[in-house]
Amino acid sequence: MSEKVGVYVCHCGTNIAGTVDVEEVSKWAGEQPNVVCSRDYKFMCSSLGQELIEEDIKEQGLTRIVVAACSPHMHEKTFRGATERGGLNPYLFEMANIREHNSWATNDKEAATQKAKALIDAAVERVIHHQPLEPIPVEINPTTLIVGGGIAGITAALELANAGNHVVMVEREPSIGGHMAQLDKTFPTLDCSACILTPKMVDVGQHPNITLYTWSEVEDISGYIGNFKATVRKKARYVIEELCTGCGICEEKCPRKVVDEVFEAGLAQRKAIYRPFPQAVPKYPVLDPPNCTYFERGKCKACQILCPTGAIDFEQQDELIEIPVGNVILATGYDLFDSKRIPQYGYGRLANVFTSLEFERMVNASGPTGGSIVLRDGETVPKSVAIIHCVGSRDNNYHEYCSKVCCMYSLKFAHLVHERVPDAEVYNFYLDIRTPGKGYEEFYNRLLEEGTHFIRGRAADITDAARLPGEEGKLIVQAEDTLIGKQRRVPVDMVILSAGMEARHDSVDVSLMFGMGCDFNGFFTERHPKLDPIATMTEGVFIAGACQGPKDIPDSVAQGAAAAARVGGLISQGTVMMEPVRASINKEACSGCRICNDLCPYNAIIFHEDQKVSEVITALCQGCGTCVAACPSSAITGAHFTNDQVLSEIEGLLWDVRERQAVPA
Amino acid sequence: MSEQFEPVIVGFLCNWCSYRAADLAGTSRMKYAPNMRAIRVMCSGRVDPQFVLKALREGADGVLIAGCHPGECHYVEGNIKALRRYILLKRMLKQWGIEPERVQLVWASASEGNVLADAVDRMTEEVRALGPLQWRKSVLGGNGHQPVAAAEVEVKVEEV
Amino acid sequence: MSDKPKLAMYWAASCGGCEISVLNIGDKILVVDEVFDLAFFPCIADFKQSDVEGYPDGYIDVCLFNGAIRTSDNEEMAKLLRKKSKVLVAYGSCAYEGCIPALSNLTSKDATFKTVYLENESIDNPDGVVPLVETHVDEGTLTLPSFYNTVKSLDQVVDVDYYLPGCPPEPHQIWAVLEVVVNALLNGGPLPPAGSIVGAGNVAVCEECPLEKNVKTITRFYRPFEIQPEPGLCLLEQGLVCVGPATRAGCGALCPQVGMGCRGCYGPLDGVEDQGAKMLSAIASIVDVGEATEDEHVLDEKIGAVMDTLADPAGTFYRFSMAHSLLQRVKIDGNGDNGGKVK
Repeated sequence: MSEKVGVYVCHCGTNIAGTVDVEEVSKWAGEQPNVVCSRDYKFMCSSLGQELIEEDIKEQGLTRIVVAACSPHMHEKTFRGATERGGLNPYLFEMANIREHNSWATNDKEAATQKAKALIDAAVERVIHHQPLEPIPVEINPTTLIVGGGIAGITAALELANAGNHVVMVEREPSIGGHMAQLDKTFPTLDCSACILTPKMVDVGQHPNITLYTWSEVEDISGYIGNFKATVRKKARYVIEELCTGCGICEEKCPRKVVDEVFEAGLAQRKAIYRPFPQAVPKYPVLDPPNCTYFERGKCKACQILCPTGAIDFEQQDELIEIPVGNVILATGYDLFDSKRIPQYGYGRLANVFTSLEFERMVNASGPTGGSIVLRDGETVPKSVAIIHCVGSRDNNYHEYCSKVCCMYSLKFAHLVHERVPDAEVYNFYLDIRTPGKGYEEFYNRLLEEGTHFIRGRAADITDAARLPGEEGKLIVQAEDTLIGKQRRVPVDMVILSAGMEARHDSVDVSLMFGMGCDFNGFFTERHPKLDPIATMTEGVFIAGACQGPKDIPDSVAQGAAAAARVGGLISQGTVMMEPVRASINKEACSGCRICNDLCPYNAIIFHEDQKVSEVITALCQGCGTCVAACPSSAITGAHFTNDQVLSEIEGLLWDVRERQAVPA
Repeated sequence: MSEQFEPVIVGFLCNWCSYRAADLAGTSRMKYAPNMRAIRVMCSGRVDPQFVLKALREGADGVLIAGCHPGECHYVEGNIKALRRYILLKRMLKQWGIEPERVQLVWASASEGNVLADAVDRMTEEVRALGPLQWRKSVLGGNGHQPVAAAEVEVKVEEV
Repeated sequence: MSDKPKLAMYWAASCGGCEISVLNIGDKILVVDEVFDLAFFPCIADFKQSDVEGYPDGYIDVCLFNGAIRTSDNEEMAKLLRKKSKVLVAYGSCAYEGCIPALSNLTSKDATFKTVYLENESIDNPDGVVPLVETHVDEGTLTLPSFYNTVKSLDQVVDVDYYLPGCPPEPHQIWAVLEVVVNALLNGGPLPPAGSIVGAGNVAVCEECPLEKNVKTITRFYRPFEIQPEPGLCLLEQGLVCVGPATRAGCGALCPQVGMGCRGCYGPLDGVEDQGAKMLSAIASIVDVGEATEDEHVLDEKIGAVMDTLADPAGTFYRFSMAHSLLQRVKIDGNGDNGGKVK
């Protein structure tokens, strides 16, 4: 049975027609077998262009449609819609990319016209083998899993919960709040970070629609959009939450002190049973067994003895909780670049070299120094401070990317030094000043007026080896001042390294667990860098905040809200339609060789021991086609990318070379 | 034969990375050799070696397989499966007498339009230097399809 | 000749095993004798080409044509028998898809002649005499068929009605096919559609194979003499190349059951264009290389190291199907060299 193919060659103004002879190509296409209708038109994606398709289908009884125009990533959906409105199944349509892949990529008009014919012939040969396909409806579980309780996760949770949806939040640390809870002031408004964050944290902790698991991690996840099953490990706190009132006596009386490497960035100590900070949500403390006298030697038990409600339980075990959810939002945040990786900056070796997070804790009123800016000895107030920009960023040796927020927080630090040590000299060693946000450039100007010294050059070296007079007992920053073209040695009392944001150290493992991907830098890969930054390539899994890439608080909030809106939309639809581009195994043709069984990264292939055949679970299949190519007996079909379709496409693509050969098979 | 030989290369580009890279090359108006004609597959893991052989048989002078960098595959590791098949296929194609430059594998992420364009330019020149493959005509056609005359059958005895 | 249906069996480039396989059907051969008259069966009786030329077209009811097309004589006979037969069956792997003779497509006629007639330890041929199509002697001209550079399958020179795969076909399959044919001829029973593959299943050999099959990963390949396979366990999982997953069932998985990997003689399954390429794809896909996120160079090396243990991929994957493969024969460069020497 032959098909009636309609071919539409788009001019796209002069984008295509300026290089490809569209009239000739259209005429040529009309002469090909199975093509009964061939047109060229200025703008196929316009409503008039689309109507051409709809009318031709109805009037000429077309059975297949080919549009030769831009990339399918632009308009495949558009033309599938037109095909459907004309009365045909939308999958009986194929696009030939003669713009991005052809007219825009060459000035050779003859070659472009020839190539256009090949691409169109390929599409025509392929589309003849297309089958009508129906999207697959899947129900959505209205509960959402949010991984990460930083500002992005908190925003997403509140947006969804306030709209009446149930949310489960899983946070690795004992309290939500993320890195934002560690900050003192936020740029450019210099709002107190805790003041704007803690109300939201309390909201999350108290919200009837939010189930909060802290000191917990997602250990496993299976399923597909609308129907995930997450396994959460709730680590033992050794505190019975139902009984704990948050009075804090256990923490007060605990005799063991431990350096707090996490929240206090190593600048202060905590107890073996502790809350990371006073405003922690939830209020329940956590016991740290490796540092606890009872777990070490069986002695002490001060917390248990003194707890007024008997809430300490040394026998408590980790709990594994299975939670069915419909969608996942990953808001796992960032790690700070480890400045020890740049030995010439002396962090870890030279006492008064601090990282940005250390300095944040220092200037925080409830931090280890009560907000005073002092050297490592805890007493001496520095008279000169150097702030080194781009530590680990914009650097081929570490991270090529710009970490986006460091210029602003470096300026913030400069301001805070001016504020608290009014006669201190502050030197910012920068490459460029990047202040694109609202109020950011104005903030920079303020710093200029405050008398900050800006030296344009990447700091080469920080040393305590004095060479010149005035350097004794100081840290010397050596840098090329590129604006004056001279090497400078600037002696200071304190150095702050503005280290960049990097992906969490285990982001790759997390992405593998959730079945999506990371880029080279470990940040989660978004579905489209311009148009869809909060979705991933895996349906039902979304991302928000710094885990997607370095960003400041307003952008993290925006992404958290965006992810929540997207999920909210899915929940309100109740069902979602999944693309039918998936694999299926013909049971009769399957010999049970099991070669496909281990090939699916989504575990969509199961083996039936009783019938000795394999099967693809349609809803789990993401349509990559790897199993289709591997099946040695062609028992697996890849819908919309079948062997017949691709082999025919190859034949069409080589229309001119095949004729040259003219030798029978 | 005053016209320069223009190789025809069939490309298998994966929807998420290399196809988008080619789109980006076009959107950025990068000009590169028009000799690669692309076929879109969802993942380089869909590329069946049968496709490569079919392309060569039907007259392609070369075949390019392009996918995401290892570790970046949209479908986690489809590209590594493609890599395994490609490595074994290359070993076998050597036995078939097909020069290694004619079948190539390239990794290009969605933002690497220039990488893809450069790969196409480079491969076009490499295949141009090798000359046309024309499998059906030059390898299968003639001498064998029709009974040959006496003169053609004569075997030159060479010193070995 | 009587009115009984006429049977012919001819051998082109073959080993003779297919002729023997017909005898292998045991006492059913008596049924064959009863039903058919032999019109042309040079293996077992004295028939001449001129006999066939003398028949009217379509005189032969069923012709079992085995052997590949290697010479002009093979082709001539194929065309002659096609003309004179109602039903032409490509009998056995050679006629179906080239089989072992088609492995000659890994080399060239020149190289073959050199090896056989000239550059050989046991050859004494000081004048370098090689077979020629025409040789003039005092008494006249002697002719020989020409030797093709490329071995072809039967359907590459004539239209074929049915394919009976196997090297050789199994007796129960042969009898099953003959039974259908006999029924059709005598009782007007149905025949399968033209172009069908008969006497074989529609699934791969794995379905018939009793060995235990698990999820497969391979860390290296072994040649059959290198290891003793563990009994009862799939050979492919143990690194022994078994092409069973890409091969049509029907033989009862005879070879794997005795510890020899299937070589693929029943040919590919429906929907497969190229048996060798499909097996290559399947086997490469299950090679174990560790984590997906490794360094590209390390990956290349690791995969390469495993593939190096697979000797002669072309010969292994196309042992029987080379004439039917997409590329059909290897490319010989200008120096007459085989692009890749057969190991």
